[in-house]
Amino acid sequence: MSTPPAGPSLVYAYAATPPAPALDHVLPALTGVAGRPVDLLALTDAGHGPAAAFAVSDVPRSEWDEEALKVRFEDLDWLEETARAHHRVIEGLAAHTTVLPLRLATLYADRASALAALRHHGQALATGLARLSAHTEYGVKLYVRPAAAADPGATPPPAAGAAASKPGAGRAYLEARRAQQHARDDHYAQARTAAERIAALAAPHTADHVRHPAQSGPLTASGAGENVLNDAYLVPDAAAEAFREAVHSAVRGLSGVRLELTGPWAPYSFAAPPPPPTAAAP
Amino acid sequence: MTDPMARSFGSRPAMAGYPPSSSASLADILERVLDKGIVIAGDIRINLLDIELLTIKLRILIASVDKAKEMGIDWWEHDPALSSRGREEALAAENRRLRAELEEMRRAPLPPDRALPDTALPEAAPDEAERPVRRTGKRRPPP
Repeated sequence: MSTPPAGPSLVYAYAATPPAPALDHVLPALTGVAGRPVDLLALTDAGHGPAAAFAVSDVPRSEWDEEALKVRFEDLDWLEETARAHHRVIEGLAAHTTVLPLRLATLYADRASALAALRHHGQALATGLARLSAHTEYGVKLYVRPAAAADPGATPPPAAGAAASKPGAGRAYLEARRAQQHARDDHYAQARTAAERIAALAAPHTADHVRHPAQSGPLTASGAGENVLNDAYLVPDAAAEAFREAVHSAVRGLSGVRLELTGPWAPYSFAAPPPPPTAAAP
Repeated sequence: MTDPMARSFGSRPAMAGYPPSSSASLADILERVLDKGIVIAGDIRINLLDIELLTIKLRILIASVDKAKEMGIDWWEHDPALSSRGREEALAAENRRLRAELEEMRRAPLPPDRALPDTALPEAAPDEAERPVRRTGKRRPPP
């Protein structure tokens, strides 16, 4: 058990895990949010109870209560640091056991309160853990390469000043523009092909799939092309190699497309239970 | 993991000691830790509206700005946190107003079988409908 921070504290919960003894040597190596140590909070009366525990840190109340969070959540630097710390803990745990990631900044007044939540949600958490056991999330992103950069063979548009005076310069310019436009269209068509191939070749190796919005905000602007696909797949560990190979093979020969395969991730995108089958609408 | 070094925010020296996906892009991490993950009510209730605003902001940071513009969302351009040409006062005032409204709605004891109380809905404003159409366009003199 870690020493609580000076002054009143709160309990920050990162994730639910099975109360595995395997984590005993992992936890001391982890550093949580606000640089705090991480430990496991499990029900002691677990004789017949559900098998779930929380990975937690004690954090200073003055910095994590409603008032403080209201302000700090607006601070993107703080948010980045906290999000990365949260992620680091979850990732550290996920390397050794199944984790059910909790939403950032899940906080309890004290350990007794966190245990009460654990008792209350224990069954659902255990069910979720069982569903995600031996599964890993991978991200699959496709980018369309900018036409000019990806087409070294295409005629570069003539330099404006030098070309303008020569006869035929206008036509050359238009032809270059047309070639560029053609290459661009071609790259989008390649991206569509890649997405179809992923659905055909890679998806069969997976247990679940979600589509995230394509990324193109300031956080992701990199000049590496336009993100047109941002998917997450839940992959059984036994199929991980086949999945990765299938994803890579889907973009083979498609020079206008850039693939970014991210992960292994803890199953963030699949933590929420799947929606119950609803009665068919009339 | 095609090219971790090329990712924005992904190659901080401080992260060098961690395994590869700790150096994942901030957008990928935020997308997951803020928007995914299981939600279990904690004791600290972060103001719902704050989080919604934040999520909208991050969606805009992460997702397409063009798309947000198409949807008519453009206030981040005036948001002091995201832009220097801030309309801080107006936004803060709007924020306070919305927050107060939300608080009020939250406090109102709602019968479980009913949605928002009638009072929460603005009454149809008859003067709005009957307001005569104003002609403000100046008539151009004939050539």
